[in-house]
This record gives sequence, C-alpha cells and structure tokens, in this order.
Amino acid sequence: MRATTRAARSRRWGNRPGGDSPGRLVLRFAALGYLGALLLAPVGLVFYRTFEHGLGAVWDSVTTPAAISAFWLTVEVAVIAVVLNTVFGVIAALTLARGRFRGKWLLDALIDLPFAVSPVVIGLALVLVYGRDGWIELPFEVIFSLPGIVLATIFVSLPFVVREVTPVLREIGDEQEQAAATLGASGWQTFWRITLPAIRWGVTYGVVLSTARAIGEFGAVSVVSGKVAGETMTLTLLVEQRFTNYDLAGAYAASALLAVIAFATLLVMTRVRPR
Amino acid sequence: MIVLIPLAAVVVKATEASFWHAVTSPRALAALELSVGASLVVAAVNAVAGTLIAWVLVRDRFAGRGVVNALVDLPFALPTIVAGLTLLALYRDVAYTRWAILLALLFVTLPFVVRSVQPVLIELDPEMEEAAASLGATSAQSFRRIVLPNLWPAIVSGAALAFARAVGEFGSVVLISGNIPRKTEVAPVFIFGQIESDAVASAAAISVVLLAISLIVLVAIRRLDT
Repeated sequence: MRATTRAARSRRWGNRPGGDSPGRLVLRFAALGYLGALLLAPVGLVFYRTFEHGLGAVWDSVTTPAAISAFWLTVEVAVIAVVLNTVFGVIAALTLARGRFRGKWLLDALIDLPFAVSPVVIGLALVLVYGRDGWIELPFEVIFSLPGIVLATIFVSLPFVVREVTPVLREIGDEQEQAAATLGASGWQTFWRITLPAIRWGVTYGVVLSTARAIGEFGAVSVVSGKVAGETMTLTLLVEQRFTNYDLAGAYAASALLAVIAFATLLVMTRVRPR
Repeated sequence: MIVLIPLAAVVVKATEASFWHAVTSPRALAALELSVGASLVVAAVNAVAGTLIAWVLVRDRFAGRGVVNALVDLPFALPTIVAGLTLLALYRDVAYTRWAILLALLFVTLPFVVRSVQPVLIELDPEMEEAAASLGATSAQSFRRIVLPNLWPAIVSGAALAFARAVGEFGSVVLISGNIPRKTEVAPVFIFGQIESDAVASAAAISVVLLAISLIVLVAIRRLDT
C-alpha cells in the first residue's frame, strides 16, 4: 500500500514540468561534484596507477608468497569472524526483540559500542586482557597471533547482524511463531521453519556488511597482530607495510585487490538492501 | 561480555598511572584537541553536504542516479587504509597537513548523514511543499520552513554518528597525516604510538577520554531517537 503511493509520488515528482530548473541543476552538480572529488577521482587514480605498468606487474605483485599468505589469512579471519558474528547476532537479535528482562536497554545500547569506539582503543583493550600479564591467561598465545586477529575482527564487526535483524524481527511480530507453537512445533522447528525464513534478508545484509568490515579492518588488527610476514600479516596490514617500505606499486596493487572486493560488496549490498 | 571486559581493562589500566598527568601532557592535549576539532568540522560539513546529496538522490532525476546511490556506501565498504592511500595518491599537495586529516575524515564519514536523511526525505509528503508553493513561498522559503524542520533530527543524529566515527578514525588518517606531534597527530594515532613504545598506561588514559566521548555521543543519539 505504502509502496504504491510512494511510487506514484516519485513519478509525479519526476514528471513535474520544469523539473530541470537552474536551481535544481546547480544542486545536482554540487552534490555530484563533491562525490566525484572525494570518492571517484581518488579511487579511479589508484586503479589507473595500479594498471599503468600493465597487468603482469600487478599480477606478480599480488602473487608474491607474502601477498598470497596475507590474502588467505584475511579470508580465514573473515570467515571465522562472520560465522561467529552471525550466530551471535541472530541470538542477540532474538533476545532484544522477543525477550523481556531487566537491563535490556543496557544490552541494546552496549551492542552499538563497537561502532563508536576507536579501533585502536579496541586493540589496546584486547592487549590488556589477553596479552602478557593480562586479565585472562589462555594456554595458547592470543596477542600477536591468529586468535587475537580474529577477536579484534569479531569485536569491530559485532553489531552489524544484530542491527539488521532486530528491526525485522520487531516488524514481523511473533504471531506466526505463536501459531506454530500452538500447532505443536518445538522451539527449534519454529525457528528453522518460521523465524529464519522471515529474517533471511536481514541476516544476509548483516553478513555482507560484517564481511566487508572484517576484510577491511585495520586499526584494531594493527595493534594486536605483530605483523609477522607470512604469519600474522593481513591484506590491509600488507598495504601499509608496502607503503612504508616505499613499495608504492605493491601498495597500490594490494589496495586495488581490496577495492575490487569492496566494489563486489557494494554490488551485493544494493541487491539485497532491505527496503 | 566480549565487549565489556576488554573496555573495563582499559579503564582500570588508565587509573594505574597518573591519569591527569597523561591526559594533560602537551602532546596528548594537542592530539585530543585536533581530533575533537577536526571531527566537529567534519560533522558540520557532513550535515550540509550529506543533506544536499540526500536531497539530490531523492528529489532529483538524472541518468545514473542508482549508481550514485550505491557509490555513497563505498566508504563503508572500502578498507580505511585503502581510503587513506587513495586520497594520498590524488591529493599529494595537502598531504601531511591538517587539510589532509579533514579530507580523510570526510571520506570515511560521508554515508552517515546521507543514509539517515534519505529515508526521512522519502517519507516526507511533497504536498506540504506544494501547498507552500501555491501560497507564494519561494523554494528557499519552503525548504527552510518546511523541509528543514522535518529533516533536522535525522541530520543531527547522522552528524553525531559521523562525529563519533571521526574522533576514533585511524586507518585512513595514519598514512596521509604525517603524524607530526602537536601538529598533525590525531588522538588514535597518538594512542597507537604510545602502545608501540610500551607506554600502555598513557595510551589507556587517552583511550578513556575517547571512550567517554563515544559514550556521550551514543547516549545523546539514543535520546534524540526517542
């Protein structure tokens, strides 16, 4: 209902006589100019610089052993973090949308915290808890190795799934779930057959956003990684390392690889964006 | 728990050394001032530019609007270190100045105001504006009297989010700012340097200040939403 009136409305606006008045054109070019100067021109230039010496050099630069190991480490970390975040995110969203308990507002507020806290502070926090003389002693090394990188990545991408799924759950209400329960479905059956299908687009969108953030995280990972080439060097850390070692072409090539991943993410985002 | 315990550890660590001494050292103060100042400027620029972009995306019609709409999310999808390198490649001339910091922060915070204003603008009924126009109001008048008051909460909450993000931003700034102490060193870069040089307590003290700022902004936004 609402969608149709909105469509009708936008059609009316689009067909308004004199739609391209001078004022409107000025605003349009101001907005596009701002976006062009800030986003498109710099990103375009990096692609140009990357490929100006031909594809071969780029290929060599992203297939060095260090680059390949950084790529797979990034993928490994992102997969672990996103899977854990998705499971946690759905549970947390169910708790927030369906549960009634004291301190719910606190949980609601705290979940956004990783968005507002500086990545460097998150890295420092993890070092203080899991590092040398930290609060928690684990039998294996966390800081300066894989678990630390995974923890940092989970931390920064924690809120995405929760934030996308909670509003969907609130929107759909729990009538269908109650009906299923009345008909004798167990909690699990209700979840798999009713709840999950209803929230699948919200979950997908949250997963896409978490993946992008997990692959691109730099600040928090930079603090906890130790940056050992071939061991704890992620793609974003590789970009920085190559840049500081005056390997500009190598930094651009690794950046272009990350930018391609970002554009792919963008494409998926526009396909599944909840309306 | 995974969030709270580590953050509590930062607060505890900050109290170990002399908190005030660490926070009020000239270098720390300069870094905090620069971060907060630059972020305020960035929030203000975003409030204007973000509203403009949202307006053009919702009310204007032109070829490629869908592509532009998708591109607005690019700063969220692009790793911050890549964003920094990208800006450095094009804007060499301003590198290692405070302008470079503004540029990097504007890049990474671009989507916030656009994405908070856009849905409100879509829902806003153009009939009110048409009524205003038929009563003889100029489009500037109807924007100021009718559109702006309706968008105001969305603009403010988007700008506040942009501010919170800008205060803590690290990846995009670290390459382009040059990190000259007391000139172009922002607070997160300063904290990072302190960690690297094993001055963890001092790093924790500055972190607590940043944490306090983010908490205040979060609470303020929540107030605004309800």
